[in-house]
Amino acid sequence: MNPLIPLFVIIPLAGAFLIMIIGKFLSGFGRYFTSAILLSLVVFSIYSLFTGSGTLSLYKVGGWEPVNRIPIGIYMVMDGFTVIVLCIINIIGFLSAFYSISYIKRYTSENFYYALFCLMTAGMNGVVLSGDLFNIFVFMEISVIAAYALVAFGVEKNELEATFKYQVLGCLASFMILIGIGFIYWKAKTLNIADIKEVLSSGYDRTYYLVVQILILSGFGLKAAIIPFHAWLPDAHSSAPSPISAMLSGVLIKAVGIYVIIRLFFNMFELSENMSVLITTLGALSMVIGVFLAIGQWDIKRLLAYHSISQMGYVVLSVGAGMILVAQGEKPEIATLAIAGGIFHLVNHAVFKGLLFLNAGAIEYTIGTRDLKEMGGLAKQMPATSATSFIASMSISGIPPFNGFFSKLIIIIACVMAKFYLLAALAVLVSIITLASFLKFQRYAFYNKTDRGREKTIKEVPFPMLFSMVIMSLLCVLLSLLAIPDIRDTILGPAIDILMDPVKYSTQIIGI
Amino acid sequence: MIVYWLCFILFLVGLYGVITKRNLIKIAISLSIMEFSTFLFFTLIGFREGGVAPIVDPADPVKTYVDPLPQAMVLTAIVIGLATTAMLMSVIIRLYRKYGTFDIREIKNLKG
Repeated sequence: MNPLIPLFVIIPLAGAFLIMIIGKFLSGFGRYFTSAILLSLVVFSIYSLFTGSGTLSLYKVGGWEPVNRIPIGIYMVMDGFTVIVLCIINIIGFLSAFYSISYIKRYTSENFYYALFCLMTAGMNGVVLSGDLFNIFVFMEISVIAAYALVAFGVEKNELEATFKYQVLGCLASFMILIGIGFIYWKAKTLNIADIKEVLSSGYDRTYYLVVQILILSGFGLKAAIIPFHAWLPDAHSSAPSPISAMLSGVLIKAVGIYVIIRLFFNMFELSENMSVLITTLGALSMVIGVFLAIGQWDIKRLLAYHSISQMGYVVLSVGAGMILVAQGEKPEIATLAIAGGIFHLVNHAVFKGLLFLNAGAIEYTIGTRDLKEMGGLAKQMPATSATSFIASMSISGIPPFNGFFSKLIIIIACVMAKFYLLAALAVLVSIITLASFLKFQRYAFYNKTDRGREKTIKEVPFPMLFSMVIMSLLCVLLSLLAIPDIRDTILGPAIDILMDPVKYSTQIIGI
Repeated sequence: MIVYWLCFILFLVGLYGVITKRNLIKIAISLSIMEFSTFLFFTLIGFREGGVAPIVDPADPVKTYVDPLPQAMVLTAIVIGLATTAMLMSVIIRLYRKYGTFDIREIKNLKG
């Protein structure tokens, strides 16, 4: 029993209610309290990363002990992969909350904003920590309902339209996931992920579970906006307030989408080659189509949102390539490399895409538009924003020495070594188009000359926004240290171990 | 087996509504129909022919109990469904105030 685990859910959940109650009497309470509780969660998650990440720890809610080695209570599980996702959720969450201190002043009812922010964080932390399927569903709904409300926070025409689209598609995804869970419970008679693995290991009906896998993949794929299910993402992510866009693009699609897909397909279902090929194909499609949709955009946040689809494609492609190799049972060292590349890129994408959305927010904050054609010459007036966004742009397009370069390099090397030459070529091509698209962003936003006489009025953004952007750009540089094999093994190693070994996760949980 | 098929047909009715209806309120109602067909499916999973409520009485050992877990899950899912429906309805009301219509074809600011 690790007593730290439930705190990740309890602290933000209690914080959300406290903000609503105390915020009525103390104005500005939510503003600083949210940053404070997220900072405490950052400390907890980094502490867990460096102390117990090699081992799997467990918290049994209500203290229900297993009967005859069959888990009957709700389990919360923390292992190497969970810890990494927890770290990115809470770090990006803290920086976005701190950024909001000045950004959100132009909206009314701040308290609702911060309360929903805390609820969303609680939901995401719950999804990654939960050890059974139904709790994944419940926590996912907590976080996405908060996200629906936050997308609509501006309550103007565009925001409402975007959130309506997001909600209808999100509801469909939830039903698919719920039906999938129902099908699993029908046959396996249990909801605990480790226990389902045990039940499946003694033989199962392949056609039946193929239907279940399709349902689960399309449900969580819709939440993760993999390409055939991507229609809601550009609208929702571009309409939300910028710190929320950073949260949605940076961590929500990973925590409730990609994380769950990776966890369930590696640790619960038996990996089959057909499903792995399907997942890899979806990843490659998102990577290519996302970037082609992005290149014609003139609205900065829409451009960034389409790039999210494309970069998530890299993660899915790389993890899918790892899945194919694991399913074939060949070349485990290449599979390890592919999965490492995928998880590394997942972490990197959270940092640089969060930073880019915060930059877009800073530009919108000072000049009041998101249209690239109306910007220009901002590099002189906003040197810090310009510099940080330059780092993020170079990082996302894979220019050394920033983190994006190393993760893309690992992905491409793994694809070449596994003889998936087409995938490697596509990854290089998409990276080049990404670079073109971000050079356009840099040129039009920061370096083009503008002919309007507004240079005098533009000032650099206030301190909280600057602080978040500078910290994230430092993270962009620091994370490239993960490219060194020794450091990568200590940080990402436990996560890859738990994914590579099909029974390690379940035997450890059943054993405790 | 026929009840499962009826439940599936109810789900498809909801899906048909979501895809074809143009009125925002009707889309919300169709989503609710899909939602309730899912809940119905869950309660059907837990049902056992001739089963009784799972209260164990040592004096009178009954062989068959219905499975209580899906019912607990459905209760949780109903609460979540209430939250989503309330959220959707409030968004629809705000949309009506902004656009003055419930027709989804008129609401098309976002493109590309």
